[in-house]
Amino acid sequence: MKPLSIQNIDMVYELPKGGSVHALSDVSFDLAGGRLLTLLGPSGCGKTTLLNIIAGFLAPSSGQVLLGGERINGPSKDRGMVFQQGALFEWQSVAKNISFGPRMNGQKPAEYKPEVDRLLDIVGLSGFGEKQIYELSGGMQQRVALARCLANDPEMMLMDEPLGALDALTREKMQGLILNLWVETRKSIVMVTHSVEEALLLGDVVFVMAPRPGRIEKVYELPFAKRALTEDTRELKQGDDFQEIKEEILSFIWEMEEQIMGTGV
Amino acid sequence: MTGNEDLPLISGSSADGASGGALTATFADKKPKRSDNKTVTFGDAGAVRSLPMWSVISLITMIGGWYVATKAWGFPGDFAATQENPDATDKVLLAACNRAEECGRSAYTQLIGPTTFPSMRDTWSAASSLFTDGFQNKTIWTQIWASLWRVIRGMFFGTIIGVPIGLFMGLNSKARGFFDTPVEMFRPIPPLALIPLFILTFGIGDKAAVPLLIFASVWIMIIAARAGVRNASLQKVRAAYSLGASKWQLLSRVLIPNALPEIFTGIRVALGVSWGTLVAAELVGTDTGLGAMIFQARNFSRLDIIVVGIIIIAIIGVLMDLLLRFLESILIPWQGKG
Repeated sequence: MKPLSIQNIDMVYELPKGGSVHALSDVSFDLAGGRLLTLLGPSGCGKTTLLNIIAGFLAPSSGQVLLGGERINGPSKDRGMVFQQGALFEWQSVAKNISFGPRMNGQKPAEYKPEVDRLLDIVGLSGFGEKQIYELSGGMQQRVALARCLANDPEMMLMDEPLGALDALTREKMQGLILNLWVETRKSIVMVTHSVEEALLLGDVVFVMAPRPGRIEKVYELPFAKRALTEDTRELKQGDDFQEIKEEILSFIWEMEEQIMGTGV
Repeated sequence: MTGNEDLPLISGSSADGASGGALTATFADKKPKRSDNKTVTFGDAGAVRSLPMWSVISLITMIGGWYVATKAWGFPGDFAATQENPDATDKVLLAACNRAEECGRSAYTQLIGPTTFPSMRDTWSAASSLFTDGFQNKTIWTQIWASLWRVIRGMFFGTIIGVPIGLFMGLNSKARGFFDTPVEMFRPIPPLALIPLFILTFGIGDKAAVPLLIFASVWIMIIAARAGVRNASLQKVRAAYSLGASKWQLLSRVLIPNALPEIFTGIRVALGVSWGTLVAAELVGTDTGLGAMIFQARNFSRLDIIVVGIIIIAIIGVLMDLLLRFLESILIPWQGKG
């Protein structure tokens, strides 16, 4: 997988009534191919903006994003996106949703059919291919979204709070699924999440971002994602090392929130 | 729950819905009563379906009301007066009107008189003669088809003109600005107000009726299609782009299918409006169609034919909406199940 290089990104939103918001300020980092980066931070720290810039949905005010040395200037099928919800096409069956990318790129049914079946199997939806989207639960819909993204065989998967709308139990299951997809496919993944625990468990690299202006404040390289493949995730989360980092990040985020909101809690 | 079993690994992981099967099975044994489904709302507002029994009761009430009104009171006129001038024609009536102080029911009653609302038996015999012999040398099927064919043409052109404009308005702010003014200007005009203009401009018969129906439906279709495109979520558009869709593919594979529910709702509304507009237009502008038949029946003081015509118009209106709802459930099954 190709490395990602973010170079001096600045993002300034001009407000319609005058004034501006500095959503990202001089953000730079390099991410080797095949890593799982999670982005954490209080609301308004620019993590979704950063993700949208990498996806090519937004053009940065200055700076550039390179994937494998090539400059990104717009969305493309080498960077698949998984949204929180509502991005599936309800008028198509599960299988049609998954084959959307290959079909848009001119593949014939004979070419994509085996791949769709394989992906259905991988995300645990074998036999659900002919079901309609509205017949699926929220968790199953996110499985379809993951499979649809993978069907294009992208260099990189971008996820904007992919598990944010799910109940706690389903969320834990899906975390396991994402982890397994990452290990099996060796894709680079950048994932925005609000859950510190999720970020620590899944993140091979974790960025903690700070607002006003949006910037990367802390970088962690963590072993938990790889350990979760062989150890029990619940025990892992209860471990002292996990809890210590979780507390550290939580108190850091709290401090930032207090700076913004004042001390009233 | 220990070890690897707990981790939903790729190979063996089941879908979320499959878990907890035992739990649902135990609940399935106990069939819930209707009252169990109620949620806390105002009255029955939360109930999705109306009860068919009450539709039947409502129909029976209407028919019963009709029966009682005609049987008991000869509603609303004086039946004896109807016998006095059986040969009176429209011309006589008009002449009388010119003389009369007020041209209303009293003048009509004096001259022609069949102001008795037809009983159900009269209506039934009128209906059967209408379906076997027709009225004024035209069978009822000819009249129904004449009306339907006008609506079909009007709706067809209204849709194929309106939908592209609406889509264009939804996608492009310049088009929105350009078309917004005429849409907002013409939309509030009742189509019936245009009947004289259309007859004098286009001529009588279908030449005026079909353009009138296009006028009645096109604004509704424009607004429906525009709303449909504007409703597409940013996520869907972005997802399509990041899956490699081109702009054209985005339009044809995402935006238009996404707009279908709104477009279909637009068709349902426009068809209802067209049907109502058409029958009124036929009263003055045509010599075929259900509206024209009612107008001719008036000239011959055939209240029974008028009532049958009204009932047929109502039934066709209901049938058209039922047909569209059925098509909607087949073509747009995801509607309302987000």
